[in-house]
Amino acid sequence: MVAEENLRVVRSGGSKLNFRRAVFSADSKYLFCVSGDFVKVYSTATEECVYVLQGHSNLVTGIQLNPQNHLQLYSCSLDGTIKLWDFIDGILIKTFVVGCRLYAFFAPVHFEDSVFIIINKEIPDGFQLASLKLPKSPSQEVEAKELSFVLDYINQSPKCTAFGREAQYVVAARDLYLSVYFFKKKKTFRFSLPSGKKKNCNNIFTCVACHPKEDCIATGHQDGRIRLWRNFNDNKNYTYTSLHWHHDVVMDLAFSVEGTSLLSGGRESVLVEWRGGIEKNKEFLPRLGGTIEHISASPGGDLFCTSHSDNKIMIIHRNLEVSAIIQGLVKDSVVNTGLMIDPRTKALVMNGKPGHLQFYSLQNDKQLYNLDIVQQEYVNDPGLVHIELMKAAFSSQGNWLATVEQRQEKEAELELQMKLWEFNEQQQGFILNTRINMPHEDHVTALCFSDTENSETPTLVTTSKDSHFKVWILTDDSDIYKQAMGWTCDFVGSYHNYQATNCCFSEDESLLAVSFEEIITLWDSATWELKCTFCHRPGKIKNLCFGRQTCSRYLLGTTEKSFLCCWNLLTCALEWSVQLNVRVLEPDPTSDNIAAVSWSSGGSDLFVFKPSEPRPLCIQKSICREKVQCAVFVPRDVPESFISEDYQWLNKSQFYFLNESQDLMTFSTKSPEEKLTSSSKQLIAEESLPATPFYFLMGKHRRQQETNPNEMMENELIYHPSAEDIPAISELLQTPAHVLPSASFLCSMFVNSLLISKGTKSAEEIPDDIEMESEKAADDSDEENDLSEKIHDETNDTVTGDEIIPQLSKTQEKELRKLRKVDYSWMCSL
Amino acid sequence: MAAAERGASRPTGDNRTSRRHRPPPLTLSAHFRLRGANDCFRGQSARTWCEVEAGWGGERESPEQPDRRPEAGGRRPAGGMGEFKVHRVRFFNYVPVGIRCVAYNHQSNRLAVSRVDSSIEIYNLAANSFQEKFFPGYESRSTEALCWAKGQRLFSAGLSGDVIEYDLEQLSVKYSVDGFGGPIWSMAADPSGSYLAIGCEDGSVKLFQVTPDKIQLERTLERQKGRVLSLSWHPSGTHIAAGSIDYVAVLDVQSGSTAQKMLMDKRHPGSQRRRCVVWGVAFLSDGTVVSTDSAGMVQFWDSETGTLVQTHPLASSDVLSIAVAEKEDSMVVGTAEGTIFHFQLIHSRSDGKQSQWVRTKPFQHHTHDVRSVAHSPTALISGGVDTHLVIRPLMEKVEVKSYDAALRKVTFPHRRLISCAKKMQLLLFQFPQRLELWRLGATDAAGKNEDILPLSRNAEHLLQLKKKGPENICCSCISPCGSWIAYSTASRFYLYRMNYENNSVSIKRVSKVPKFLNSALQILFSADSTKLFVASNQGSLHVVQLSEGTLKHLHTFHPQSGTLEAMPLLAVSPDGNWLAAAGMSNGVSIYDLKHLKPHGTVPAYNFPVTALAIAPDTNNLVIAHADQQIFEFSIPQKQYTDWSRKVQKHGLHYLWLERDTPITHITFHPKRPTHILLHDTYMFCIIDKSMPLPDDKTPLFNQLSLREASENVRRRHAHAFKISKKFQPLLFMDLLDEGTLVAVERPLEDIIAQLPPPIKRKKFGT
Repeated sequence: MVAEENLRVVRSGGSKLNFRRAVFSADSKYLFCVSGDFVKVYSTATEECVYVLQGHSNLVTGIQLNPQNHLQLYSCSLDGTIKLWDFIDGILIKTFVVGCRLYAFFAPVHFEDSVFIIINKEIPDGFQLASLKLPKSPSQEVEAKELSFVLDYINQSPKCTAFGREAQYVVAARDLYLSVYFFKKKKTFRFSLPSGKKKNCNNIFTCVACHPKEDCIATGHQDGRIRLWRNFNDNKNYTYTSLHWHHDVVMDLAFSVEGTSLLSGGRESVLVEWRGGIEKNKEFLPRLGGTIEHISASPGGDLFCTSHSDNKIMIIHRNLEVSAIIQGLVKDSVVNTGLMIDPRTKALVMNGKPGHLQFYSLQNDKQLYNLDIVQQEYVNDPGLVHIELMKAAFSSQGNWLATVEQRQEKEAELELQMKLWEFNEQQQGFILNTRINMPHEDHVTALCFSDTENSETPTLVTTSKDSHFKVWILTDDSDIYKQAMGWTCDFVGSYHNYQATNCCFSEDESLLAVSFEEIITLWDSATWELKCTFCHRPGKIKNLCFGRQTCSRYLLGTTEKSFLCCWNLLTCALEWSVQLNVRVLEPDPTSDNIAAVSWSSGGSDLFVFKPSEPRPLCIQKSICREKVQCAVFVPRDVPESFISEDYQWLNKSQFYFLNESQDLMTFSTKSPEEKLTSSSKQLIAEESLPATPFYFLMGKHRRQQETNPNEMMENELIYHPSAEDIPAISELLQTPAHVLPSASFLCSMFVNSLLISKGTKSAEEIPDDIEMESEKAADDSDEENDLSEKIHDETNDTVTGDEIIPQLSKTQEKELRKLRKVDYSWMCSL
Repeated sequence: MAAAERGASRPTGDNRTSRRHRPPPLTLSAHFRLRGANDCFRGQSARTWCEVEAGWGGERESPEQPDRRPEAGGRRPAGGMGEFKVHRVRFFNYVPVGIRCVAYNHQSNRLAVSRVDSSIEIYNLAANSFQEKFFPGYESRSTEALCWAKGQRLFSAGLSGDVIEYDLEQLSVKYSVDGFGGPIWSMAADPSGSYLAIGCEDGSVKLFQVTPDKIQLERTLERQKGRVLSLSWHPSGTHIAAGSIDYVAVLDVQSGSTAQKMLMDKRHPGSQRRRCVVWGVAFLSDGTVVSTDSAGMVQFWDSETGTLVQTHPLASSDVLSIAVAEKEDSMVVGTAEGTIFHFQLIHSRSDGKQSQWVRTKPFQHHTHDVRSVAHSPTALISGGVDTHLVIRPLMEKVEVKSYDAALRKVTFPHRRLISCAKKMQLLLFQFPQRLELWRLGATDAAGKNEDILPLSRNAEHLLQLKKKGPENICCSCISPCGSWIAYSTASRFYLYRMNYENNSVSIKRVSKVPKFLNSALQILFSADSTKLFVASNQGSLHVVQLSEGTLKHLHTFHPQSGTLEAMPLLAVSPDGNWLAAAGMSNGVSIYDLKHLKPHGTVPAYNFPVTALAIAPDTNNLVIAHADQQIFEFSIPQKQYTDWSRKVQKHGLHYLWLERDTPITHITFHPKRPTHILLHDTYMFCIIDKSMPLPDDKTPLFNQLSLREASENVRRRHAHAFKISKKFQPLLFMDLLDEGTLVAVERPLEDIIAQLPPPIKRKKFGT
């Protein structure tokens, strides 16, 4: 709405949740995890993101609870600051400016005022553990420069550094060395392991954990061994026990709070619990879905959590049962399918876990669900060639989903499978309808649906390198056993034995465009007759699309030789062409705009144009440095109203793109977090928490009042004011704890406020009050009411009511107006 | 015989002049690689061998170079002083016997090892783990327990129900006492060593008092149900822990009653209930009893209350043995899977007093059951069915990381089991229960270096002599002419006269053996086969004149100064004038055979003698010791030779000193007086006394690399030790004639193939 603001490229959610160990709050109710520049606070019970702690200007590299006050959280970042947060309210309390890049953060309990950080010396790869004195100062931003070095030449990863029992010693491992520094004796012991090349073992340290009650260090190694070191306060008499179950790298280790069991995890995706440090006593939690990157245990001892390579955090109960899964955008696979929008949920759809399609809500930055396409157990082994999900397409209504999977171990052995999934209204999910083995003899290059509401049979077109395109239609597949509908091949087309590379239906679906290498052919979708061909420039066709809405008479194509061409279908002639190395060509479904992302050595540029006019609407230079892999227009729920012409193309839909380093980006004039829908923003901590005795006392009471206030009025003569009604209480409950005066000061006020004053409120006054409140609530939900009328009413009521309703400001008014414009038509279809 | 015929008729070399500039000489030798069981021979191939270029230095073209060379085509390498045809014998079908018990003696740092055939070996751990003493086995006896008591007295007990004491001086059984409790399964000496407790089949634990010359039954403690399989004394000597089937009982020595009974968990991982056999117990001074059982558990019990303190599930199969260090800070257990586990007592906090037993490192040096373990102050010792004795040093206990810190695996006996009749090309193999006589094969073919020559005649199994009576063979010898074979058991001496006629062998026992020849520790024939020397177990040496059919006792040398120590090593000079005999602690005694009187002794040395031989012509006695030192002592001059002094002054190469098997045989080249040929299990060496000694900087094993090098380099780097490691494991090697060697190898795979299959374990990735 603030059109004057510059359009800029912002990352849109989906940042890594598994970058560092997640941290539990002292009561295990919250889970903190770093996510890009933010710290996210999740509720362990509901998996809901409660708060996003924002403030760092670079990657957050470490978080830990304040050992002095377990309601506070420290975070450190590459921007050189340590911040102290009140996570209950999501408030930044303090910032300590250190001034150099901080790679990890440790705050052991037994150090009063100093914390430990990992910083980098000048030399690359020379990381140091330093202790930092945090000065006590009331100001918000404090400089902290008092550094003293503890250990030199350590591993950058905080997994390789751990503090021992009662912080008497610190352990750091790197390569084949383990260093133990005793704080009291000020002495370092170093232990080394043989490289073990000939014995076919790899002793490189990967992670370290310290026993909380005993002098015992657990180390994980590259070859899957875990060693439990003891007697390490002696250079000679040290000894270790080794535990070996993992066959691959031990990614992380964690002791339970009492130290009775050790948890380990790695690429096997199995959480192993070693009880009592005895090799034979182990418990497993298998099939966790992805490599375990981090393990942490809650201070209460009731929960563990594991961070996985597929950007997932699993909260695991003490008895090794998964209790919650926090899933972010899965990004560690190649996005073969490109970005798509599920027409039903408006979720972003792309490759997720291997062999899966993920449905990701851009609004909530949350994975909605995973659709297992391949339906085979994924074996996490580097040598294996897996079935890959190559292509996927939705029909325009979202009733059908077509997927193509392939597996190619050798050049000649290609396994292809096409699956067609039907959306089932009852189960609210996609059900496999037809499975077609080897739909083509060679790689499938493109597929598209045509199923408008008017057409009686949905149609699917696939193109392949075997120089054919095939048309598949839904037919009656009933037999004596069941009534069924299935997909069969209806037509096979080819053109001069050229490889078919792209296909695309026109908006009215009367025409199908199929590109055969350098030639575009147009087919009548009713009769499958070849209508005409276009071939203009040398170079194979890379992208193909029809214009939309007013520009539906145009066909656009890009060639490998860096041309973007536009043909007029009415005249069958080239309308215009420009030289542009277009990588992505994406039409906006809600307007007649088309976005083209080009790439040159300087970076990627975005051009938005209408096919009818050769002049672009908007040019955004260098939207990112890397190549753009794919892009998509996402229709907005709430249309924006950019005034500037340059941004008007973003009014109805938002443009998302994915670059080669798998960052999902979008354009925004505001920070993306502001765009989070109101629903997620309004979530406050208490609502997402399980019921506590206090909640029953206060919350239940409140709800009762809200549900039937009138009823209550009739039954009871004396009205007990609800908690919010008393300013003293609401103030007390809503003010952050750290700005409140002492409890003794508040006590008398609080008690006084609970007393029922006689005669201040008459029984007659109250109904009005309640009514007015309920009216207000109706306003919010009922969009059909005329707003201005209501305002008028309420201003008239001010005489009787206690409070004066203030006039709506201009901006508020505008906002409300906008609300009315929201297109809720999709609700009817549900 | 065939070799001589073959060799003599060969043409001599013709291109001597051009050979100087050739790359290192291709030595040519044939060797017969034969293997086979009984009389069935496969592998009829012989291989030329070129690694023992003993003394070829290129520059030394010795004029006395023998021209008899068996190769065709006149290819005669330059200065080929070390070219041999090698008979590579692989038909010695010797299988070591599995180890049943090991017992470590702290006082003398010695290790007693008993094997399944009830033979006992004593190893001196201070002297490079040399196998000093050997007691042959007895057929019906089986040793189930072995222990040291009263200092250095060794006792064994077994299923025969007897307790046996061994005389470590005279290498004989001192006496045996019946336990009267049926088969004995376990035995333990109390910490002071003055009592022996035995655990019997009938469930009783009997106490014997160890008196200076005997043991005496003192009393029987309260009888338990089921055989007592393991015993351990409390370090104070007041209680005994006895492990049986399904329980461990703690017995009060004073009252003889059962103080505590601790029942094993009968819930096994397997489906049906099995009995839990307590294979081992250890009683610690704090009252903790550690038990190892057939369920694969090591369990720690509080003997006061009889409660289980700690459980370590170690294996899915049995944990068979346990041993605790004297300081009680470390213990070792051995499992049926061949793994030994080390347990350490570790302070759980560096400052606190709390400590706990933690399983630290597993060691997998065995393939089969580890039947017994021992814990010396610096090492873990284990032995089992796979016949290896493994001494694994604890790195943290070894002061300096030297050769002592290396793992030792003793597989083959340090005695000589093979004797050779050179002229007849006969080999006599000694097995515990039989002797085998073989004639070597022969070849007519010739070939290049490292060629395998085809056999024209196969090796032949001429004779098998089975021992009589229950006692196993202790020593044996064949005379150099091949016509006499002598062997001895612990109580009887046998002498046979052989007669060879064409292809048949006839054998006749010499019945009239003098009475004093009732047993022998070592037997030796003189080079001309006219005299027989027998070392008997009273420390005396008998000299017997042999002639056709009759024996004549010439003389008996009695040990000096009344020591009764046995002399298990003998050497006679080729001219028959001198006899040298070595015991374990005293030096080497030399006797003059011409005058039948003692000639003198070689000064005593700290380490036992492992091999000795007298050189022809010079009559120099060459002695190899367990610490790998070599001395040369001139008998006529009664002093060490100059070369020996030079070696002592210069010092031997460190790699030479770090070899871990002793030299078991020394011989000489008849034509090259400067050469000493010797071997241990893993190498064969020719020492050329005329060459400079290597210092620590020069590589010791440089034969192969020198062969490629230029003349100059070769001259600079050549040194006295020419070592070949081609033949492994080498049990015997001797020179048949100037150009022929016989090497008896015993590949480990062949031994493993004859062992019972090990417990199958699932291995990841297979």
